[in-house]
Amino acid sequence: MNLGIFTAILLFCIFSYFFGQTTAKKLVTNQNLKLKTLPTYYGYFVALWCGIPSLILFAVWSLFEPTIIKTIVVGKVLSASQIEAGLTTNLIYQKILSYSAGNFTGDLTDTIKIGALAYAKITSLAYKAKLASILSLASIGFIYAFNKVSKNNNARNDVENILKWLLFSSSVIAILTTLGIIFSLLFESIKFFSSINIFDFLFGTNWSPQKAFVRDASAITAEEYLEIKDAFGSVPLFAGTAFIALIAMCVAVPIGLFSGIYLAEYASYKSRRTIKPIIEILAGIPTVVYGFFAALTVGPFFREFGESLGLNVSSESALAAGLVMGIMIIPYVSSLSDDVINAVPQSLREGSYAVGATKSETIKKVVFPAALPGIIGSILLAVSRAIGETMIVVMAAGLAANLTINPLESTTTVTTQIVMLLVGDQEFDSPKTQSAFALGLTLFLVTLVLNYIALRVVKKYREKYD
Amino acid sequence: MTKDQRIKKRHRAEARFKLYGLVSIILALTFVGFLVFTIFSKGSDAFSKTTIKVNVSFNAEILSLPSNPSLEDIQDADYYDLALESINKLLLTSNPDDEKLLKKLFSPDFDLEIKNYLVKNPDLINQTQDINLTSSDDIDQLFKGNFPRDIPEDRRQVNDRQLEIFDELVAQDKIQKKFNNYFFTNGDSRDPELAGIGASLLGSFFSVVICLILSFPIAILASIYLEEFAPKNKITDFIEININNLAAVPSIVYGLLGLGILLGFMNFPRSTPLVAGITLALMTLPRIIIPCRASLKAVPPSIREGALAVGASKFQSVFHHVVPLSLPGTLSGTIIGLAQALGETAPLILIGMVAFVVDIPGSPIDPASSLPAQVYLWSESAERGFVEKTSATIMILLTFLIVMNFIAVYLRQKFEKKWN
Repeated sequence: MNLGIFTAILLFCIFSYFFGQTTAKKLVTNQNLKLKTLPTYYGYFVALWCGIPSLILFAVWSLFEPTIIKTIVVGKVLSASQIEAGLTTNLIYQKILSYSAGNFTGDLTDTIKIGALAYAKITSLAYKAKLASILSLASIGFIYAFNKVSKNNNARNDVENILKWLLFSSSVIAILTTLGIIFSLLFESIKFFSSINIFDFLFGTNWSPQKAFVRDASAITAEEYLEIKDAFGSVPLFAGTAFIALIAMCVAVPIGLFSGIYLAEYASYKSRRTIKPIIEILAGIPTVVYGFFAALTVGPFFREFGESLGLNVSSESALAAGLVMGIMIIPYVSSLSDDVINAVPQSLREGSYAVGATKSETIKKVVFPAALPGIIGSILLAVSRAIGETMIVVMAAGLAANLTINPLESTTTVTTQIVMLLVGDQEFDSPKTQSAFALGLTLFLVTLVLNYIALRVVKKYREKYD
Repeated sequence: MTKDQRIKKRHRAEARFKLYGLVSIILALTFVGFLVFTIFSKGSDAFSKTTIKVNVSFNAEILSLPSNPSLEDIQDADYYDLALESINKLLLTSNPDDEKLLKKLFSPDFDLEIKNYLVKNPDLINQTQDINLTSSDDIDQLFKGNFPRDIPEDRRQVNDRQLEIFDELVAQDKIQKKFNNYFFTNGDSRDPELAGIGASLLGSFFSVVICLILSFPIAILASIYLEEFAPKNKITDFIEININNLAAVPSIVYGLLGLGILLGFMNFPRSTPLVAGITLALMTLPRIIIPCRASLKAVPPSIREGALAVGASKFQSVFHHVVPLSLPGTLSGTIIGLAQALGETAPLILIGMVAFVVDIPGSPIDPASSLPAQVYLWSESAERGFVEKTSATIMILLTFLIVMNFIAVYLRQKFEKKWN
């Protein structure tokens, strides 16, 4: 159905392009006017006026149509007051939809039949209204543009103005995405913080959201309420995240930094050209592959190795997850620090050599301090990546929230918990689901601050030597 | 300490420092090598399956087919009895217990395989034919040598009598390794020998295509605006900061965005490539804009000025000259962005793409899985057959990524103009 409307709009546009072009050409032959610009621009002008408003209407309508139809149908069914006990409106609506699509199995009730009738009526009405309004909007645009063309306006300037707006709105999508993220996270988080105190969430040390699985939110006893209140302390999650990220950085920073220094200062041009892409392969490998590697190879290896030493190592130890995450992050540190070191002006090095310093002394005492802001920026970016990393910890770290600093035990992280809370069927109205969004919001804010600082530091550094 | 000693000491420090660098590089390279080696050594087995040769006589009476059956009759017939009878012929003596054990050597779909064979060759009715039927996962692993035979019987999936039957069949040369077509054509399954990546391959394909359709044009237009037309003001700065930050936002946050807005607010269908594609497009957008802008910036101003000097408008100079020249860089940036989107898992889990999907999706609004999500799903299963399949899926995924990255590098090196 939508595809049909879309094709209709496109055909209309193509038609109006040729129509505009020929109209402009006719102006030359019939009225002996001198065109202000090439005939194709007149064609584009009409086509754009015809296509853009109707496509915008089409998109907006299609986005809101399902929600509006749902509200109307559910309203009809509710006003017939035939809601069955134990069924939510969402479930009934799902049944109505599958009955209308013709693949319904199960008990057929009157509610569903009435709903399906209403659904069929409203959809066909909506389709007609959509088609009519879009076509009339396209025609209005067409007539407006055609009038302008027959007056021989400067179509090129108009087309370019429209295109400029199009370019601008494409770049605004970045802002819209940010707004969308903030809106979706805030919306659920506010609901969450209305039932759980924000300080309990930020400073509580007990995380056990499975306790909060209450069927009916309105019928909570005071005792249950206290229990739920204590179930959402996020400190163990943030401690676990920071701990695993720390282990990862202990692996990635020395290896990455020394690799970067070696590549920038010691390696020949040729070996640099081959080694750098190979190390960057590590950055291109999907994180789920690292997770698989950590869970099936590294984790069991550490457990067996620990057992042979008489240590009790969990097969989901923080060490295994952190180590593999560190491997993943090596190229981020090495590539960025390589770039940063390369940007240090040659004159600084030469000054150092001139007073008799060796190469390593020059690097340690001159190049490294000069490059330090940039290197710190790249490490901050790497930390933000480690905190936000999901698949490795989901597959290799534990699920239970322990507050521990023993790398051989299992800990859990913020991202692991978000995934665990949201996998499978979710009810949107339970604090359990909402807590995932609250965790996401904190994660988003923390990484945002880290990225912002890192990007500013790197930018300042670049400006210094450019 | 004399002067000579000091210099020696300093030179030793120099050598040590250089060694640290070399060791770190070697460590990093070893990690790459080790990772690739473990995956490939585990996964290569999944591309072959074990089959057992069975002599099937397509007796029309057992199938209760009419004379001159139509194709529909052949499809509707019940093949279970025929299949059982055929495999029981493998045993020399008939024994109900043995027959039960024998059946477990085959995959649960063994009667379907016989049916499909007959549907393809309908003129085989009332004739006999040797067919290679897929074996069960246990036999598969046994034949591939991944299965220790010397552990106690009660800890084995295959018991002693089954081993005897198996050895006999091997001696008769009835057990063979064949190319595992199921791995590429089937959807997911609870039985490793029947599970395949068909559904996830198509799901990934649909998602990446939608991601490309949405993100590529928007990214190009946005980078053209920011690089060529945007006035230097607060709004432009804000957009720039936004894009740089979005590129570094953890991917799981995009999953929450997709879940909260696309599924929760707009009621898009769950577990579909459509939602996955939109979510991935939002994620990929800033990651494409950044290289696109870099490649637009690399075009020297003389090109723009030359066009303007002969009377082109700003738009003509940009779209006729600057954009075509920057295209190799733009395209390679897009391909690398798409490769990242292809390997992304976390956002897809949140929007329900980790589903047990048996049917191959026919359109972007059918439930589907994706390659990385399939890796995650199978990695949770303990069976050795699934470990093998997971590694093989990773091999396929990595192959795609390597090919995409290779194309990107090739495009850049072959077509990009060097200006200085």
